[in-house]
Amino acid sequence: MSSPGPSADLAAAVRSGARSAVDVLEEHLAVIDAGEPEIHAFNLVTREQARERAAEVDRAVADGQDPGLLAGVPVALKDNLCTRGVPTTCSSRILEGWLPPYDATVVTRLRRAGAVTVGKTNMDEFAMGSSTEASAFGPTRNPHNTGRVPGGSSGGSAAAVAAGFAPLALGSDTGGSIRQPAALCGVVGMKPTYGTVSRYGLVAFASSLDQIGPLATTVADAALLFDVIGGHDPADSTSLNRPMPRVLSVLDDGVQGLTIGVLTEFLDGADPDVVARVRQAAEALTSAGARVEEVSVPEVVLGLSAYYLIAPGEASSNLARYDGVRYGLRVDAEDTAAMNTATRSAGFGAEVKRRIMLGTYVLSAGYMDAYYNQALRVRTRIIAGFDTAYRRYDALLGPTAPTTAFELGSKTSDPLTMYLSDVCTIPSNLAGHPAVSVPFGAGDDGLPVGVQLLGPALGESTLFKVAAVVEAAAPPLPAPVLSAGGRS
Amino acid sequence: MKAGWEMVIGLEVHCELKTTTKLFCGCPNMFGDQPNTNVCPVCLGLPGSLPVLNQKAVELAMAIGTALNCEIRPSTFHRKNYFYPDQAKDYQISQYDEPINVNGHLDLPDGTTVGIERAHMEEDTGKTTHAGTSGRIHGADYSLVDYNRSGVPLVEIVSAPDMRWPDQARAYATELRSILVASGASDGKMEEGSMRVDANVSVRRSSDDPFGTRCEIKNLNSVRSLGRAIEYEAERQIALIEAGERVVQQTRHWDEDQGRTVTLRSKEDAYDYRYFLEPDLVPLVPDAEWIRAVYDTMGVMPAVRRARLVELLGGSGGPNHVEQVATVVDLGLDELVTQAVAEGVSASLALARTANEAAKDAAAARRLDPTSYVALLTMEDSKSLTPTQAKTVLGEMLAAGGGDPAAIAAAHGFEAMSEDSLVAVVAEVVAARPDEWERYCQGEDKLAGLFTGAVMKATKGQADGQAVAAELRRLRG
Repeated sequence: MSSPGPSADLAAAVRSGARSAVDVLEEHLAVIDAGEPEIHAFNLVTREQARERAAEVDRAVADGQDPGLLAGVPVALKDNLCTRGVPTTCSSRILEGWLPPYDATVVTRLRRAGAVTVGKTNMDEFAMGSSTEASAFGPTRNPHNTGRVPGGSSGGSAAAVAAGFAPLALGSDTGGSIRQPAALCGVVGMKPTYGTVSRYGLVAFASSLDQIGPLATTVADAALLFDVIGGHDPADSTSLNRPMPRVLSVLDDGVQGLTIGVLTEFLDGADPDVVARVRQAAEALTSAGARVEEVSVPEVVLGLSAYYLIAPGEASSNLARYDGVRYGLRVDAEDTAAMNTATRSAGFGAEVKRRIMLGTYVLSAGYMDAYYNQALRVRTRIIAGFDTAYRRYDALLGPTAPTTAFELGSKTSDPLTMYLSDVCTIPSNLAGHPAVSVPFGAGDDGLPVGVQLLGPALGESTLFKVAAVVEAAAPPLPAPVLSAGGRS
Repeated sequence: MKAGWEMVIGLEVHCELKTTTKLFCGCPNMFGDQPNTNVCPVCLGLPGSLPVLNQKAVELAMAIGTALNCEIRPSTFHRKNYFYPDQAKDYQISQYDEPINVNGHLDLPDGTTVGIERAHMEEDTGKTTHAGTSGRIHGADYSLVDYNRSGVPLVEIVSAPDMRWPDQARAYATELRSILVASGASDGKMEEGSMRVDANVSVRRSSDDPFGTRCEIKNLNSVRSLGRAIEYEAERQIALIEAGERVVQQTRHWDEDQGRTVTLRSKEDAYDYRYFLEPDLVPLVPDAEWIRAVYDTMGVMPAVRRARLVELLGGSGGPNHVEQVATVVDLGLDELVTQAVAEGVSASLALARTANEAAKDAAAARRLDPTSYVALLTMEDSKSLTPTQAKTVLGEMLAAGGGDPAAIAAAHGFEAMSEDSLVAVVAEVVAARPDEWERYCQGEDKLAGLFTGAVMKATKGQADGQAVAAELRRLRG
């Protein structure tokens, strides 16, 4: 049913010596050169380092070594993943000039698998946003229509994959930041079970929600990248010390005998053309042998409110360290406290400030129980709601985002409307569950629609099985206007 | 203490744990190294770094809990949020409402029991040095931060407000220090800041009254300043109340030079720490087997060791034995006394030599080979060496980190004087001082010292003072 993805093909060619990693890289750098000025997917393209790395991979092959599962495959990294000696900005002025002295665990694992990282992708500042417009370095544009946003916060990573700048990218997902931009850019994006991918070296936004995950053009490629980056890491205390779900060997298993619930709460707020695509995907699953039913998990509607208390609460603490004392931006003032204030006032953008203030408020004495602790109780309810559903269903289906890509600037003045973009993705983060967005044709505006599959903790095997079936049934999507070969 | 008043004292003691590495990373836990050399992304709080709990630190925390008769419970970590330059993450990871050790007690040597409310784990901060004339943050030209101490494991031991006078607080601090050292958890060095004491002090007119408003005193760098500061603070509060004013809840700074406490911050300025569960760590749930294993590796606590020593002495420890026992146990030298007595050295000699001479360099004494130490005491006890000679030999053994006492004595030409030669020297000394001898014979006993001194001088210290005294008494008849 599913073929190995393009990354698997590339890696196979490089490992066998049929193609050189340097060639593969140059081909992608050329695509970047052609499209990047318009898209602005990257904060930094690390050309020279990538060239050295590709040459190293080729030497390894020439020496008879196997560089690994991702030999010579270009990978784009969201700019909140620490890269040793390479600027890591989180698209924020406050990290100006900071060079991490260490690599994130996922970056180390990519290198060990032979991947060639090509650059750091644009994002909403500190991953707070749903459109990549809240970047200190300007927005990223959607390769399918440059008047539209790519989604966010991993908009740079999603756009890079959609535009063919790199076949694979890593993003981070705190409330939908991988899946929503994947949906809006017409690529596959997956948020793993909390604890399956190490967060060591991921600049924290909301620690109990953050999870790194893959973006790719196909389900098989996403599975391959997940397999490479996942697994226990002693440097992350929340990393699960148990076997990784098997995802590569199950892609052809089909959905015969599985029961899948269509989550009605997610359909309620979505645009009709998006709902139509979800129903079409449900039919495809029925045809493939799954039992598909509508299911209600009423607790999920509470997710958005709970999220906007928990995530800012944690963020207000996580972002305290950007105080001008040790690294990054410093704006001098008469004493330390004034220096802290001046630095943070100049270094953070409006959305980050809004969430720090909100988070500080909800953790304050006298308010904590009414807001933060109440949100934690809601979080427990949501988990219980999902648990009930997963006693009957192997996976749940719904839209990834309520709409297709919206126009740049259309929601920046109204944060609450922007927050609604994540209404379908947030519940999985609160529950720590895995979810994947698979492109499924286009909406009425011709722009990509993503359908989302949700599973219980460590349910990745089932999710990828179902995702492969949905992918195979997906209506064709017009190629991005700027994708590889689209302009030559 | 002014009549008609009672003090209420509770102590909060921060104790640095004697681990090889820090609480949440693998950096060395080392005092006194070059600034910012024992640091890494975790203890510098660099973006993306994550804490991993040090197992050894947990074991030492459990050892403290066990030694203080606490319940050891499943616990969690919270974040205590406040901005300060030496706080690398601008929050401190600390145990909050679910600490590892609760509901213990500590028995003071005088028999008083002081409750231990909790003994919880947390990380230390870095250390800020303010350059400029003031030495304080206000008016500093610039400040330097050393993060070597950032992330060093601490246990904070919070007593109940069970102490009623400064001597009890001093005794508590001293006994707690001994317990921390004995449990292997800490080196208990107040001067290096590895044990830091804050005192909560309030006063009331009668023990039937409710507690008064308390003030917390910081910067107490010795047991002595602890006592002085409490004394001062209680007097200050009493004076306020007697003048019709109110005590305001404050954190106060002890100024050792001025001998007084000064306001650091008032309750209205208190931080809102916005404690919440640390999402980067998982709950700590020690099982019974682990707790038992920690218990099995712990040393014997000071109270038990004092009791054992007193029993061993069996009433023959000499007039100062209570203080001497306390000293040798506190300094961890009781094993030397026990061994010496077991091998037949008189209890009073073993205790006195250990509490008076070995205690002068306790660190060196703890490193001595007990066999050599016992051999030295045996030589003195059997009069092969005089006390003066024995002290000289011990001094060299401590300075050199050991050595064979017989060889050292021989090198000095120390040997026991025969009784005949002692008698001869005493006779000479007496003959040379007929007037003094006459007066001594008339009952002027203090002149014995003069004759003894002269004999010592003549024999270059080789004579045994007690033997000389006995000979003088014999001659007088």
